[in-house]
Amino acid sequence: MAELPFNKRKTSVRWLFEMAWRDSRKSRSRLFLFVSSIIFGIAALVAIYTFGFNLKKDIDAQAATLIGADMAVHSGKLPDAKTQKFLDSLGDRRSQERSFASMVYFPKSQNTRLAQVKALQGQFPYYGKLETIPENAGTDFRNGKKALVDQTLMLQYNAKVGDSIKVGYVTFLIEGTLTKAPGQAGIASGIAPMVYIPMQYLEQTGLMQKGSRINYTFYYKYDHAIDMAKLTKSLDPKMEKLELGYETIETRKQNTGRAFANLTDFLALVGFIALLLGCVGVASAIHIYVREKIASIAIMRCLGVKAYEAFLIYLIQIIGIGLIGSIAGAALGTIVQHLLPVVFKDFLPLSVTTDISWAAVGQGVILGITISVLFALLPLIAIRRISPLNTLRMSYENINLLRDPFRWLVYAVILAFIAVFTHSQIDGWQACTFFTIGIVVAYYILVGIARLLMYLTRLFIKSSWSYVWRQGFANLYRPNNQTIVLVVSIGLSAAFICTLLFTQGILIKQVSLSSSGNQANMILFDIQVKQKDALAALTRKEHLPVLEQVPVISVRIDKFKGKNEAETKKDSSMNHSMWLFSNEFRVTYRDSLTPNERIIDGEWIGKAPAGSDIPVSVEDRFAKGMKLKIGDKLTFNVQGTPVNAHVASTREVNWNRMQTNFIFVFPKGVLDDAPQFYAFATHVPSKQASALYQQHVVRAFPNVSMIDLGFILSVLEELMDKVGGIIRFMAMFSIVTAIVVLIASVRISKYQRIQESVLLRTMGASRRQIFAITTIEYLFLGGLSAFTGILIALAGSWLLAKYNFQVPFTADPTQPLLLFLTIVVLTIVIGLLNSRGTLNKPPLEVLRRDV
Amino acid sequence: MDTILDISGLGKTYQSAGKTLTVLDNINFSVEAGSTNAIVGPSGSGKTTLLGLCAGLDRSTTGTVTLSGISLGELSEDKRAQVRNQYVGFIFQNFQLLPTLTALENVMVPLELRGEKNIRARSLDLLDKVGLADRGHHYPAQLSGGEQQRVSLARAFSNQPKILFADEPTGNLDAETSEKVVKLIFDLNREAGTTLVLVTHDLELASKTQRILRIKGGKLVSDDKTNA
Repeated sequence: MAELPFNKRKTSVRWLFEMAWRDSRKSRSRLFLFVSSIIFGIAALVAIYTFGFNLKKDIDAQAATLIGADMAVHSGKLPDAKTQKFLDSLGDRRSQERSFASMVYFPKSQNTRLAQVKALQGQFPYYGKLETIPENAGTDFRNGKKALVDQTLMLQYNAKVGDSIKVGYVTFLIEGTLTKAPGQAGIASGIAPMVYIPMQYLEQTGLMQKGSRINYTFYYKYDHAIDMAKLTKSLDPKMEKLELGYETIETRKQNTGRAFANLTDFLALVGFIALLLGCVGVASAIHIYVREKIASIAIMRCLGVKAYEAFLIYLIQIIGIGLIGSIAGAALGTIVQHLLPVVFKDFLPLSVTTDISWAAVGQGVILGITISVLFALLPLIAIRRISPLNTLRMSYENINLLRDPFRWLVYAVILAFIAVFTHSQIDGWQACTFFTIGIVVAYYILVGIARLLMYLTRLFIKSSWSYVWRQGFANLYRPNNQTIVLVVSIGLSAAFICTLLFTQGILIKQVSLSSSGNQANMILFDIQVKQKDALAALTRKEHLPVLEQVPVISVRIDKFKGKNEAETKKDSSMNHSMWLFSNEFRVTYRDSLTPNERIIDGEWIGKAPAGSDIPVSVEDRFAKGMKLKIGDKLTFNVQGTPVNAHVASTREVNWNRMQTNFIFVFPKGVLDDAPQFYAFATHVPSKQASALYQQHVVRAFPNVSMIDLGFILSVLEELMDKVGGIIRFMAMFSIVTAIVVLIASVRISKYQRIQESVLLRTMGASRRQIFAITTIEYLFLGGLSAFTGILIALAGSWLLAKYNFQVPFTADPTQPLLLFLTIVVLTIVIGLLNSRGTLNKPPLEVLRRDV
Repeated sequence: MDTILDISGLGKTYQSAGKTLTVLDNINFSVEAGSTNAIVGPSGSGKTTLLGLCAGLDRSTTGTVTLSGISLGELSEDKRAQVRNQYVGFIFQNFQLLPTLTALENVMVPLELRGEKNIRARSLDLLDKVGLADRGHHYPAQLSGGEQQRVSLARAFSNQPKILFADEPTGNLDAETSEKVVKLIFDLNREAGTTLVLVTHDLELASKTQRILRIKGGKLVSDDKTNA
């Protein structure tokens, strides 16, 4: 390269900043409008991050009240003498709790409901308290035949303190309303409301049957300082041997922290989607901004500004405006985070503070600047290619800002950024790759559909149409149109909300469908053998069918594939099966398959052959998960008696049906005499019949528990409502972002179209005609975006229904229709509001002001 | 006299709809330092393209452009930008002022790029010379066409260029304003000892220069000295 006969000029950074400032003079409000698209995404992330930081801090501070003791030891079975001796050796103060699901009965209102009964002995909780109304009920109930009843139950059945509640065979006086128990989130009381009773009356309730599923928890308080980590480390082998699990304040802190970290990470990803949507808007707006700046850039180049200097001038503008947008977003996020503890209140086991987190603000601001620069880079790199020749003739060069080879590098950096960010939120590269690819695929589907629709619109327009219609339609595909950016941003938001609505509908429908016709919609369990016939008679007396009478036996696994727990532990390839040894399985025996079962592999054997090796059938998905094959050996512990078995067949089970399903099914002739209880299935035709039947059963058989479909549906609806509420709250940021992108895009197109609108008015077009053209354009733009989004939601929900939930897809058209209309109306209103300048003012005034 | 600009075998072609379009074909001439020159020709004859190539705004397809001893064809776009900043001044038909900069700031830009001192005072002095000392804080949109072209003139002379390229400098001005602007161009040019190359289809303006190069269909068809 030739050496120039003068000194190489150095770039003055100060001058670049000065030029960036000067050049932005007449565009600052527009630049801010561009970047406002990211404000809500940043706000969502800063709010979630702040919530996460505060939550972590609060968990650390309140960990002791989450567990209520220094240590809690859990067992799935009644401790034997050896275990009890060990348990009695722990702690300075001790409490114990036995909890199980059981029907409770309110004599005053004659209502029954499945509840989580907790029989308590001792002074638990040692940290925090059982929060009750009246306040002292949490301690007083322990002194007599008294109970604490969850406020959900009290409200549901209009019960008052002083009323009575029947648990099993014992009637308790309601001493107080339970508002909060240690570590208990609000949502839990909706699903399984709690009833506390003193343990000394548990025996009398008659609910401690052999085979009943009872959880035993022992709480310990140490009155002297103790190194809990050291203690638990020394206790570990013994606990493992005795099949005991434990929790300390520290482990609870870690577990709660981890669970909520997963939740906040997931929600941060939802916020990130809003941010990405905003970035699509930023990229599109900056693309148009750079186009408008071509003349200025060409002049600068003419005067001697180097290509990279011109690039840097605009990069500085974007960084500056990105910084302002991010700070605005972070400020908004800091305000919004005050709402999060309210939004999450049903899921939080503790109270969360709302302090400002500067770390969250910093993260949000850095993220905002980085991502706005990354997405603005796509159009910005094209600045390097703007020739000074454009000062002489703009038409000399066909300026295509998207043909720069560097754009591939920018795409790669954007993808890498999304992947790295996602990886920081969700564990594992596989999930992060799926998410990143998912984002890219969704984006390209939307772009593809937008392009296709633009192409079809072009074909669709007929020259015979009136000018107003042709012009309105043509605005969808003419140069500098906003179709793609709006279809992507509004479409993705519409898809988001619509998928949520459809999925909610599918899940509810799935449960409703499962008991259509005469199929079972109520299951009764914990029926003792001696109660079996009497209960069947009572059922028939109520004119209800006994659809199933299934024996249920509790078993444990002693040997898996021929290896006991210790041997399995040593084999690293079998680590995934360790949990089997501490689990209690409910199994049944019968001589035939039910209509909902199908043999996949091996042979179904309905009657046990002679000999000690029993052929069992294993549910197919479980067998696959545990890598169980036909012929693999298993040794079951049937309440103390070892039973050797082998896998004779694997079965596919339709779990969608409301009936008793089992992982292990034994042939007849082995477990027939083992201690067992029965489960029934019946079909109740109405809510009233169900309530009446439940009352009769609970009165006659207080130990029998029932689950009816109405109950499952109400729990599901409540859960979906609450989870849906949180997702809707986060989705709101995407929706607001889409609206901001819509406003920004319309404003930008206003600048682009202003000249032609003014020209049309100059040539005599009436206000009405301009109004009609604008309305038609935004009517179809809004319609197109909403339609595309709903289409994607339909496809996504159909795939979910077919492959995930395995139910026929049905959708209620009302909600998507409402969504469609809302989006269309909103788009038209925003479009018209932004165009009113050209509609109401004389053409010359507009020309002087804006052009 | 020294040669400031040497054009040899210059050609420019474009690809359009799969066909090669020849805009300039084998142009040869040189320009003496301090002289005034006009390139004239009908619309579409290639005169603006020629100006762009001479000023280093574009690369030729064939031939060479040597400006002040520097062969522009061998330079990258950034180095050509530096040459423009050091040696070249521009006046455009549509003024080409940066719309977001005030009149004074527009004049200052070439000097700022060179990192020179006393920029403001020198730029104000130049604005004074073109009669706009009191309009320095106005934006281009607040100035009339004639005033904008005078700011453009002040900017063109601000970096003390060796050669000034003017593309139809009076094309957007009325007769009276044109006369004033033309007088200013020639006065400032004489005062600074700058070489002037102007492209015009106005033969009266062309006749004010010492030499007229006629171009037609991309070829140089005549090269005449005038009595100016």
